[in-house]
Amino acid sequence: MNSVVTKAPHEHDDSTTKLGFWIYLMTDCVLFATLFATYAVLRGNTYGGPGGSELFDMPFVLAETLILLTSSFTSGLAMLAVHQKNVRQIVVWLAATFALGAAFLGLELSEFAKLAGEGHSWQASAFLSAFFTLVGTHGLHITAGLVWLSVMLWQLRRKGLTAHTSRQLGLFSMFWHFLDVVWIFIFTIVYLMGVA
Amino acid sequence: MDLLEFIFGRLSFDALPKEMITIGGALTMVFGALFVAAVITYLKRWKWLWKNWLTSLDAKRIGVMYIVVAVIMLLRGGGDALLIRAQQATSVGDSTGVLTSDTFQQIFSAHGTIMIFFVAMGLMFGLINLVLPLMLGKRDVAFPFLNSVSFWLFTGGMVMINLSLMLGEFSAAGWLAYPPLSELEYSPGVGVDYWIWALQIAGLGSLFSGINFLVTILKDRAPGMTLMKMPIFAWSVLVTTILIIFAFPILTATLGMLSLDRLMGMHFFTSDFGGNPMMYINLIWAWGHPEVYILILPAFGIFSEVVATFSRKRLFGYKTMVAALFAIMFLSFVVWLHHFFTMGGGANVNAFFGITTMIIAIPTGVKVFNWLFTMYGGRIDFKSPMTWFLGFIVTFTIGGMTGVLMAVPAIDFQVHNSLFLVAHFHNVIIGGVVFGYFAGLTYWFPKIFGFKLNETIGKYASYCWMTGFMVAFMPLYALGFMGATRRLDHYDDIGGWQVLFIVAGMGVMIIMLGIALQLLQLGVSVWQRKKNIDTTGDPWNGRTLEWSVPSPAPFYNFAVTPVVHDRDPFWTAKQAIAKGKIVEKPTYQDIHLPKNSSIGMFIAAFAFMIGFGLVWYMWWLAILGLLGVVTCIILRTTSEDTEYTVTAAELEKLDMANKNKERFA
Repeated sequence: MNSVVTKAPHEHDDSTTKLGFWIYLMTDCVLFATLFATYAVLRGNTYGGPGGSELFDMPFVLAETLILLTSSFTSGLAMLAVHQKNVRQIVVWLAATFALGAAFLGLELSEFAKLAGEGHSWQASAFLSAFFTLVGTHGLHITAGLVWLSVMLWQLRRKGLTAHTSRQLGLFSMFWHFLDVVWIFIFTIVYLMGVA
Repeated sequence: MDLLEFIFGRLSFDALPKEMITIGGALTMVFGALFVAAVITYLKRWKWLWKNWLTSLDAKRIGVMYIVVAVIMLLRGGGDALLIRAQQATSVGDSTGVLTSDTFQQIFSAHGTIMIFFVAMGLMFGLINLVLPLMLGKRDVAFPFLNSVSFWLFTGGMVMINLSLMLGEFSAAGWLAYPPLSELEYSPGVGVDYWIWALQIAGLGSLFSGINFLVTILKDRAPGMTLMKMPIFAWSVLVTTILIIFAFPILTATLGMLSLDRLMGMHFFTSDFGGNPMMYINLIWAWGHPEVYILILPAFGIFSEVVATFSRKRLFGYKTMVAALFAIMFLSFVVWLHHFFTMGGGANVNAFFGITTMIIAIPTGVKVFNWLFTMYGGRIDFKSPMTWFLGFIVTFTIGGMTGVLMAVPAIDFQVHNSLFLVAHFHNVIIGGVVFGYFAGLTYWFPKIFGFKLNETIGKYASYCWMTGFMVAFMPLYALGFMGATRRLDHYDDIGGWQVLFIVAGMGVMIIMLGIALQLLQLGVSVWQRKKNIDTTGDPWNGRTLEWSVPSPAPFYNFAVTPVVHDRDPFWTAKQAIAKGKIVEKPTYQDIHLPKNSSIGMFIAAFAFMIGFGLVWYMWWLAILGLLGVVTCIILRTTSEDTEYTVTAAELEKLDMANKNKERFA
């Protein structure tokens, strides 16, 4: 057990943080998997009320999906700008991501309000409880992402692009893409298979 | 809207305890806390406590705090156990016993919840924090701040569950709160909500710890320490953290759905509107079964270190130990249905889960034989950690065999929900988890505090636990066969049950004597600490890296990062020095350590506010708590000034002082 010179041991390289964040995303994935499983079990339990095929407005959901996919694209562009260290472009693409994310959230809330207004709230049946919870949990994640995005924009303004901010932007980008993937599963399993 | 109702929700003076037992318990806790606060004030130690402990991000200190909380909770859970035994020994025929049936239900629910979440989990995370970085040759865990958040969330959950004794009531729905009983319709009070939020807050802490330790093991090992050169304890932590990462999100989601049922009138698990209570039971066990392996695997890891050290031999079958850990990891996710064979899944479903359950006995058996073969031919030193090990081997194997018995669905239909089951899981949890963590505490105590625990009293304590266990739980096996169900608050005076219940009660008294001896052991050891002082840093003639640093381990753990070539690095290094190898003069370098932070404590305090607000329908408090949590996270993640530097010169001075202390002590 002789001693050699190694690099300062507590200097956190990005890879440790990234691995930690990846694992966190996987725990979030298990959380969504649990909600998906519950939805799959309860989707038929409509308690005499309407099911997915009667309730879902597919063109509306398609619009939501396209908006969210575009926001994933713009967040990707922001990451490209991070690599080029172009702060102005980063801000532009992050702002676009924010606007698209907020639009998605607005559409989702209006869908929820419409359903609840027509008497199909989360209290009406086990199917609707599972639907609102699964889709709503995704919406909550989007909300958290928007808060994070605002903090990042504020940080960029205050500090500019430091090692710290660019690492955080990398994590944010992973988070946002992850939410996109989850939404694709929601779109397929809840909506497409719901109206099929 | 009524202003008072807006502010206080459903909280009112009615929430104060009314029964003598609960008043007594609440007063004990309040006065206990006041007494501790008074002592700290008298000794003028508040600043010291804040600076050296509460805001510390040093894993060793966080570990000690986990253990302190867990030991206090062991006393609370043990008190609950005494009450359960007292009730069942006296509530027969015309007598209704010492407790009302409602209080009795709350007590057994609290006993189970506290023992699993706040004792076993607390001891586990405590011990991992104490030794994992030291074993890996590192200065800290991967994310020291997150570690402090985890600890404080654990403590927040602990405060919440104990607060239920003073304000309102606790859940009367058992430790896993099966619906529809735990739904609003049948449990309209605050009890189940307290249960949900105590577990939700503490559970998030566990999840973060899982991520933290997994990244630590994967990323932060000493140079040269490949995975297959890690101590088995580190392997057991690796597997446990993988289980945590897959299992705890299920708990979070399940508790979330149950609380949506209760708060927002949803119908996941209600018995109406298409809800499906069996879904909850499947989900909670998809978490719950891995959870018992989360608790036992680190105990297996501890025993692997203890047996090798005290047999003066390299661990037998290292690779098979690792393989067995992974086999258990996979199997633990495909057995959950054995908790409810009576659901009516059908013969084929039950046969599948019965067989997978029995298969778990194979990797477990491999481990048992590996430990025995490690002892075989070794120079065994019967120190007190070894006493715990021998008690474990006997007790745990008996518990394992009754488990295999219950894995047979036909037998399970007979003993399901009976005291036979209660005896079985105490047999593996006390005999396995508890004995394991006590062995670990005794073994690593000198590394953290610089002196050993008193050996004689420690051994007597372990004998009390072993005898007490047998006397307390063997009668329950018999009672289970005779048809006594679990959670029984009253029974008729027939069949000779009462004698067995009284014997079981005496067994718990013997265990209590064991706990008293352990407290005495701690007191005597502190009193005579000069006598038991560890000047070498290696009191047990150890094999792994934690013994290569002085005791108590310095705050920087290693002055110079060790390089590992071998599986038992410290042992090989000692052998080489004995053969005349000359130790080179170390080259010191600047090191960076995390600064203290109180934000973790504030995050947990705000999380507690969320939980408390939702329990009592004080919505403004919940929103305030949420804002607080978000603000704290933003403050912390935008701050870059989180580390301080110890220069090479300072480090050399500290290290030399430590080495001289060793020489002249």
